[in-house]
Amino acid sequence: MRHDHLLSAHQLSRADVEEVLSRAAEVAADPAAFRDRHAGKLLALCFFEPSTRTKMSFDAAMKRLGGDTVDMGSVESSSVKKGESLADTVRVIEGYADGVVLRHPSEGAATMAAEFVDVPLVNAGDGAGQHPTQTLLDLYTIRETHGLDDLTIGVMGDLKYGRTVHSLSTVLTNFDARQHFISPESLRLPRGVRFDLHEAGAQVREHTDLDEVLPELDVLYVTRIQRERFPDENEYHTVAGQYRIDAETLEAAKDDLTVMHPLPRVDEIAPEVDDTDHARYFEQAHNGVPVRMALLDLLLEEGE
Amino acid sequence: MSDTDKQLRVSKIRNGTVIDHVTGGQALNVLAILGIDGAGGESVSIGMNVPSDRLGRKDVVKVEDRELSQSEVDVLSLIAPEATINIVRDYEVVEKLRVERPERVTGLLTCPNRNCISNANEPVDSRFDVVDDGVRCGYCGTIVRDDIADHLSVS
Ligand SMILES: [Zn+2]
Repeated sequence: MRHDHLLSAHQLSRADVEEVLSRAAEVAADPAAFRDRHAGKLLALCFFEPSTRTKMSFDAAMKRLGGDTVDMGSVESSSVKKGESLADTVRVIEGYADGVVLRHPSEGAATMAAEFVDVPLVNAGDGAGQHPTQTLLDLYTIRETHGLDDLTIGVMGDLKYGRTVHSLSTVLTNFDARQHFISPESLRLPRGVRFDLHEAGAQVREHTDLDEVLPELDVLYVTRIQRERFPDENEYHTVAGQYRIDAETLEAAKDDLTVMHPLPRVDEIAPEVDDTDHARYFEQAHNGVPVRMALLDLLLEEGE
Repeated sequence: MSDTDKQLRVSKIRNGTVIDHVTGGQALNVLAILGIDGAGGESVSIGMNVPSDRLGRKDVVKVEDRELSQSEVDVLSLIAPEATINIVRDYEVVEKLRVERPERVTGLLTCPNRNCISNANEPVDSRFDVVDDGVRCGYCGTIVRDDIADHLSVS
């Protein structure tokens, strides 16, 4: 990759995505070939907010490349509690490791942190901002199921706060994809994201009703609508109920529709869907390891 | 502008810069952006809400004994896109500058996103990229379109 860090989905060109996904496919096909790739190297895991799953996935990826990880631990037990700046924290930690993975509750944290370190830094989520490795594993899953070109994708649920959605839709503008966004009016895509998509000349349509587009879709990407987004419990139940799918909903879909979800889900996808050929969300989660292995491999080999 | 007009407005200062056609009400923000607060001893005069054919109402700012550079005046384009700048030497206008939108402004604006890392206690200046119809935070991506002057960190 031409990049020193992975900070945002915005920086990923089509060539970058293809490079990472091809490497991920190589990893998935022959994991043993990558077993000693980064032996002796250390990856620092700096998680300023809990995200056990993402952290485990990076941990597993680095160890499967033959390397090891050092974990900053929880914020409560670190210097951050004493008021240390993020800039200082990463400057200290880069001395311990060959790369840094950062998860932070403030938007733009990874972009700022990268200005202070020389080792590769990977954004593992910054507030409501970017989560580019989730995007890469989403793209990998789409590539493995449908392919990334001539794609009609529907993204449904909380489009306002869902950062996985923002990153994915941004990167998909580099591919031949028609994007449909299905959400309640109050959870539409934010202005900044719509601006980006518009700038990129993306083919985008917004809907409040899944039925309008379901039969056209190759991929349906479902996200969770969170209770705390609504001031009123009743309103939440009414709205969320309209964006739930079950086996009956999917009768109107193409036979080869792929259903994805960044997980964890609550009840937006009925368990009965798990047994259909549409369900790919567990596979999607598993893809996190080969994709993160591929990304780390590319970033760490740059530094060699 | 007629010659008499020019006499009245421009020839009053001997050496320095006249910033004319400033959007009405923005004169103090212009000074704030330029970092002029009187402490440097410059002689500054301001006309506010002066009738203008082009803008209806405009502000005029005159700063004596200081010649602004192109990069200094470009930042003004964010709050006073119609501004014209005259550099004056010995009562003569020796150079006229137009404000051009800069590609990026650093340290000047505060990001309206309270959860943005640039608003945390970090050793970085705010940074905004200038886009077609506004500015965009270089850290969190938040776009500011209207009322950019409300987000000045210097005023
Ligand atoms: Zn910001």
